[in-house]
Amino acid sequence: MAVAVRELPLDLDAFEGPFDLLLTLVLREELELRDVDVAEIVVAFVERLAERQALDLEACGEFLVLAAALLELKARGLFPDEELDLEGLDPEEAAEELAERLAAYRRFRAAAGWLEERLEAESDRFFRLGPAPLAPVPARPVARQEPAQLAGALRALAAARPEPSLGHLVLTYPPVSRFLDRFRDLLSSRGRFAFDREVDRLSRIEQIVAFLALLELRKQGEAQIAQAGPFEPITVWNASAS
Amino acid sequence: MERLRLVENPVDRLARTVEALLVIASKPLSVEELAAACEEEAERVETALGLVASRFREGRSGVVLEHVAGGYAFRAAREAADACARLVERPIQRGLSQAALETLAVVAYLGPVSRPEIARIRGVAADSAVAGLVERGLIGEAGRARDGGAVRYETTPLFERVFGLADRSELPDLDALAGDVEELRSRLEDVAARRGA
Repeated sequence: MAVAVRELPLDLDAFEGPFDLLLTLVLREELELRDVDVAEIVVAFVERLAERQALDLEACGEFLVLAAALLELKARGLFPDEELDLEGLDPEEAAEELAERLAAYRRFRAAAGWLEERLEAESDRFFRLGPAPLAPVPARPVARQEPAQLAGALRALAAARPEPSLGHLVLTYPPVSRFLDRFRDLLSSRGRFAFDREVDRLSRIEQIVAFLALLELRKQGEAQIAQAGPFEPITVWNASAS
Repeated sequence: MERLRLVENPVDRLARTVEALLVIASKPLSVEELAAACEEEAERVETALGLVASRFREGRSGVVLEHVAGGYAFRAAREAADACARLVERPIQRGLSQAALETLAVVAYLGPVSRPEIARIRGVAADSAVAGLVERGLIGEAGRARDGGAVRYETTPLFERVFGLADRSELPDLDALAGDVEELRSRLEDVAARRGA
């Protein structure tokens, strides 16, 4: 550790010694916090920091926490009689709690120090580590099984599966020729017809096939087609008749 | 044949079985676990363990029996530590930061304890320290505070094993750790003397 906060030497008007000791004396109320110049402590720490090349974040963090706690403790101590009801918190109580927390923190810091030393002392202990697949309970015996049942299950699995039906995927529609024949009959018998009326009752797909047949007739020159405008009725008549 | 069996000490035989169980286990085995596996009385297993401990001890064997983490386990003899260190890595205990050690101390003494409680004692958030310790396997989740409360943590048997503790009661007294009053007093007098001079 580059800068040991606890061992930071202090030379204040009211106190001379390591920071750690100051903290202890304050907590045990053997030293009046109002006599302690916290700013001087900060200056001492900053000077100590400046002597070092690298910034020790850990030490800075620890110092910040301790200095802030000291400041708060002191601030509360300076107004003992005033009605300083901070969020319903009694300043006496708050100072007490703060001191309590500082003391608790110090204890656990010491405990961490003990753990660190212990780890160092036990650095030569090696042991096996790994998953421990211990069997907590003996496996339950399986009930008696019929071999024939197993064979039956296997046979069912081995049977060829039926081909899946694709029936629902097939689009069924009549051949174009059916409509060609029908329209040719109409043209030769009647000479002209209204396309819409002929396909009126057919399904959508049949209507499409019928329309293809109509285009085919037009292409072959067998029929003439007229429509007044988009979506208007289509009239068909025999080309040779006109 | 019949004669041979009469000469053999039954505890000796049980001790060999216990040795076998300990060598295949990768975690400390309690007397109860050993007794169940041996189908023997716990008392007899303890006697056998005493025999095993006398055979496997520092200076006599490369393998040492120890009472750790609530059970019994073999570990390497300390004289072999250097060779062991060349063979294996120890990521669990390597490079524990000050923050991690403080958090570990709080969990060891107060566990089960939640992250907010740890943060209150240390004065800073404990999230990353807790996550790191969980990853190392030194602490683990131990249920929630109340219904739906914060997750609480406690140290694992691995923690006791790494630190060589039979159980958590072997941790030193927290108040005794905080600083010897006599020592503080002598330091105070020391400072006073220096000021006077």
